[in-house]
Amino acid sequence: MTQAVVGATGRAPAPGRARAGGGSSRRRRQGWVAWGFALPFVAVFAIFMVVPIVGSFAMSFTDFTARDIRSPFSVNFVGLEQYAGVLGDPVFLTSLGVTATFVVVGIPVTMALALALALALNASKGRIVSVLRAGFYAPVVTSIVAVAVVWRYILQPEGLLNSALAIIGIQGPDWLNDTRTALPSLIAMAVWRNVGTLMVIFLAGLQAIPTDVKEAALMDGASSWRRLTSVTLPLLRPTLLLGAVLISVGFLQFFEEAFVMTQGGPLNSTLSVAYYTFKQFGFGQYGTASAASYLLFLAIALLSLVQFRVLRSKD
Amino acid sequence: MTLTSPAAPAVVAETVEPPRRRRRSENRLTPGRALTYTVLVVGVIVWILPFAWMLLGSVKTQREILQRPPTWWPQEFTWENFGAWFGQLNFGQFFGNSIVVALFTVLGNLVFCSMVGYALAKMDFPGKKALFLVVMVTLMVPGVVTFVPLFVMVSSLGLVDTYAALILPFVTTPLGVFLMRQFMLGIPDPLLEAARIDGAGELRIFARIVMPLCGPPLATLGILTFLASWNNFLWPLVAAQTEAKYTLPVALSLYSTGQNATDYGLLLAGSVLVIAPIILLFVFLQRYFIQGIASTGLK
Repeated sequence: MTQAVVGATGRAPAPGRARAGGGSSRRRRQGWVAWGFALPFVAVFAIFMVVPIVGSFAMSFTDFTARDIRSPFSVNFVGLEQYAGVLGDPVFLTSLGVTATFVVVGIPVTMALALALALALNASKGRIVSVLRAGFYAPVVTSIVAVAVVWRYILQPEGLLNSALAIIGIQGPDWLNDTRTALPSLIAMAVWRNVGTLMVIFLAGLQAIPTDVKEAALMDGASSWRRLTSVTLPLLRPTLLLGAVLISVGFLQFFEEAFVMTQGGPLNSTLSVAYYTFKQFGFGQYGTASAASYLLFLAIALLSLVQFRVLRSKD
Repeated sequence: MTLTSPAAPAVVAETVEPPRRRRRSENRLTPGRALTYTVLVVGVIVWILPFAWMLLGSVKTQREILQRPPTWWPQEFTWENFGAWFGQLNFGQFFGNSIVVALFTVLGNLVFCSMVGYALAKMDFPGKKALFLVVMVTLMVPGVVTFVPLFVMVSSLGLVDTYAALILPFVTTPLGVFLMRQFMLGIPDPLLEAARIDGAGELRIFARIVMPLCGPPLATLGILTFLASWNNFLWPLVAAQTEAKYTLPVALSLYSTGQNATDYGLLLAGSVLVIAPIILLFVFLQRYFIQGIASTGLK
């Protein structure tokens, strides 16, 4: 559509310009102007985004280490060796398990909680709604570093949580230094930080559902549960899909919580794939880090694809 | 492209409440509804408890912080923890760095994304589809993929520990291009045509006609990129290597892992200082924050 309009533009003669040029030279001129507008973005984008993405891919097939920074073209091509090395590394396999647990537990909990909150808020009225929404949303906008400080403070052995548990007679564990509780603690924190995003997205989706559809179901005598499962949720499917994809892309990259709270410990029990990559980078093993990061990329792309397939299937 | 599907509904929901929605049955406070409200209110208190605990802890003395069981309300208020940040810890420098980096990041995004968005929305040029496709594909790429080569490149360009290294990688947000392009597609062509017939050049049309119409997406993009920049810490942690370039989160994360790791009074005060500007912005601009998130799904 845009093209048709622009084509018409090309034909409309502007005053003060030679008519002889005709459509093609005008179009060529517009091409130059357009690229002129795109140039600042394209230049920075190419250097700081495209080159690194391609570079990372190239690096994953080489033995690039921190020492090669000064002479990046003297590295050796090693084929799939880095990938084989990563997949054969027991630490990487542990990190796969950690990320998988984080994703498999964290995503359903976050989605369910966000959906419940969105439904409850959507059914509520008045000023309180925006106050509640802001409250649940606040963790989303705050710095993970700042939030980690207070979470560590709450979760320390004699912190707020264990003091509260002591009142009802429970001896709480050392949450972040126990291999059984460290990952669940981080999952809880991630749920806390991410529910707001999905809640807002789901709320927007719910508000877009036409009122008359819901009223028709009400007239037909459908119970509120029936209205939820047969009318609201099916209509919310595209929004749920969007939420699922967004949150999985985020959760698969699980890293920051572990980095600021546990440094991947205790005993690698919170070492995620992204953290593994970062550690390899820290060791100067850039080739290995790149290979691991592309494996993660692959997982993200695959999972998104599967979600689109599953949630779109009934359309 | 699916990313923006709820954009329009979000905006609509914010501004116009459907008029004939008020049914009698919906206004009554039924037991079920009362229960919902109670659960929501208790839930939100739990949700913001960490912030309250942070604020209270930041004004407690070191002795009181270590006290078991913990006190809820501070027995004795102290500004010592904040004083330490403003005194020996160089808060001004970190805060200034964070502001400089965030402002230039926002500015860069607003300029670059709207210019390329204009070209993509309103002009026809060879390579247009390819450009748009490349930009959209990068939306899917996890940050960890670009991290290593980015560092290699920044090092070989000699940019480590410069503002450029902290700003440039973040001024071309793919999502920003998408946002601007989508909005500009909605600007009627006859408007631009009229200006062209009057002899205005493209740059003039862009600056005088298109940009003034783009308030909403610019606000969204500005808030999103400010937020992302302010809270960003992993890249700055690697790219900034001296105190002169530390941003606030970097400084806080270094203090919270070093010898001060258990000096909670100091760290909580630092957290309050990192969060306060964002919470202030959030309170005043809540509508834009939430529209932004709903229309893009970006944190």
